Amino acid sequence: MSMSLRRKNIFTAYLFLTPWFIGFFGLVIGPMIASLYLSFTEYRLLTPPQWIGFDNYVKMFTDDYKYIDSVKVTLKFMIIAVPSQLIAALAVAMLLNQGLKGIGIYRTAYYIPSLMGGSVAVALLWKQIFGLEGLVNQVLDRFFGIQGYGWVSHPDYAVYTLIILATWQFGASMVIFLAGLKQIPSELYEAASVDGAGKVRKFFMITLPLLSPVLFFNTVIETIKAVQIFTPAYIISEGTGGPITATLFYTLYLYQQGFSFFNMGYASAMAWILVLALAILTSLLFFSSRFWVYYEYGGKP
Amino acid sequence: MRFQDTRVKHFFIHLFMIVAGIFMLYPILWMFSSSLKPEQLIFTDMGLWPRAASLDNYIKGWHVVRGTTFGQFFANSFFISAFAVFGNLITCSMAAYVFARIHFPLRSFWFALMLSTIMLPSHVTLVPQYAIFHYMNWVNTFYPLTVPRLLATDAFFIFLLVQFFRGIPREIDESATIDGCGPIQIYYRMILPLSVPALITTAIFTFIWSWDDFFSHLLYLNTADKFTVPLGLRLFVDSEGESAWGSVFAMSVLSLLPVIIVFFIFQRYIVEGIATQGIKG
Repeated sequence: MSMSLRRKNIFTAYLFLTPWFIGFFGLVIGPMIASLYLSFTEYRLLTPPQWIGFDNYVKMFTDDYKYIDSVKVTLKFMIIAVPSQLIAALAVAMLLNQGLKGIGIYRTAYYIPSLMGGSVAVALLWKQIFGLEGLVNQVLDRFFGIQGYGWVSHPDYAVYTLIILATWQFGASMVIFLAGLKQIPSELYEAASVDGAGKVRKFFMITLPLLSPVLFFNTVIETIKAVQIFTPAYIISEGTGGPITATLFYTLYLYQQGFSFFNMGYASAMAWILVLALAILTSLLFFSSRFWVYYEYGGKP
Repeated sequence: MRFQDTRVKHFFIHLFMIVAGIFMLYPILWMFSSSLKPEQLIFTDMGLWPRAASLDNYIKGWHVVRGTTFGQFFANSFFISAFAVFGNLITCSMAAYVFARIHFPLRSFWFALMLSTIMLPSHVTLVPQYAIFHYMNWVNTFYPLTVPRLLATDAFFIFLLVQFFRGIPREIDESATIDGCGPIQIYYRMILPLSVPALITTAIFTFIWSWDDFFSHLLYLNTADKFTVPLGLRLFVDSEGESAWGSVFAMSVLSLLPVIIVFFIFQRYIVEGIATQGIKG
């Protein structure tokens, strides 16, 4: 490589990276450091931040039942919604992968909820469907003679309407599973059949191990997404996280603290706990992957 | 005999998939149908074929906010989404080109830093970003939603494009260099034209995510003239309550149309994008 080309390359590299550098330092790294600092202060935007040490963090875990509730409801949502969604996605993908005709149409139809699921429109639809006079209760009344609750406004059931909403959006995971299933050589199944393996055995000995990297990927992504759920909870509860704290998800409470009560130091502390929690969750997943994710060529994730 | 078995099996799978598919899509189809029904029918008619249909809900919903219309919200949403697509296409592809094709000192260091921000929850930069925009007097303008797109802040798309650019044969760069092209010319004469599928994927997902974005719009836009479609829809919840489901559904249907249209035009890119890059809808 000639000297002039080398210099040209360096020039081009930094020229092309300029926007990214500005964004990265000005809107990502800089604000990250700032928010770490602010998490140790009381900050209300219009007055300068007041250093209060670990007070925000201490308060969160000892003196804020709403915070604890928001952690609980978020974890509950994650623990139920992520597996439900992945099981539905895998089951449908396996049904579709049997050499069925018209697979493209099914794939499209089942993907549509994923495409729209994050929108305010669908959240509003959910609020109607699971409302006191909504579609679900109409069906229950007409076919079963059951008088349903206002599910979205019932403290015990509200979170389940959102779990159903998340499960309903299994299409994106399904498409990824389908792509993974197509990679599994059919000779493996044929050989297993010759050896007299049944369907269940084939599933656990061939499909699941060979699909485990994809399953791992989907689990990580869906977990990260589930922990940060915001829009449907906001719409269904009209921004309150109610009834009581039934849909007060972590990010919704963070939003309330930071932008309704203007406790911006507290919101920053919450954000850092979120980062920490996500880091721990993903490390746990990565650690566990050693035991259940199978890489054909002995590679690591 | 085997053949018969497979046919019977496939018949039942088809049956199951169709029934389950109708069940899954029912809420959306029902919303479309209900948007045409008179108000009182929404609470009694669970069928898909409206017994009485009119566009009243659309007209009422369109004018639900005094002093403005959903037309304004759509215009605002389109502006922000179009700008996001434009910004991401240019700046993310520039950064990706450098990371994928140009040798320079510290490349892997910057690349690793970029990758580390992909999974970062945006909440951790939220308060300081808000403060910055507040002090620049940018709150309640479109700048906080548009300017960051000119700064390649969507690391995910940089990564997606890097993956694609790396797959383009090196010989192309080499022969272009022999023909006297510099790195900048290689970028726009060779790499970009060869990467149209990845650029389309970037454009589509930027559009859809930006169109559906609620959180940052909620944060930064606070007067009706600046509202986007998601914020317009939220007004129904806050003010009208449960009394106006007809108009809610009508405007919801309209709000979904752009995404549906984009999906059906670019379906191939979307499904392939998800399957190969692991994009989530």
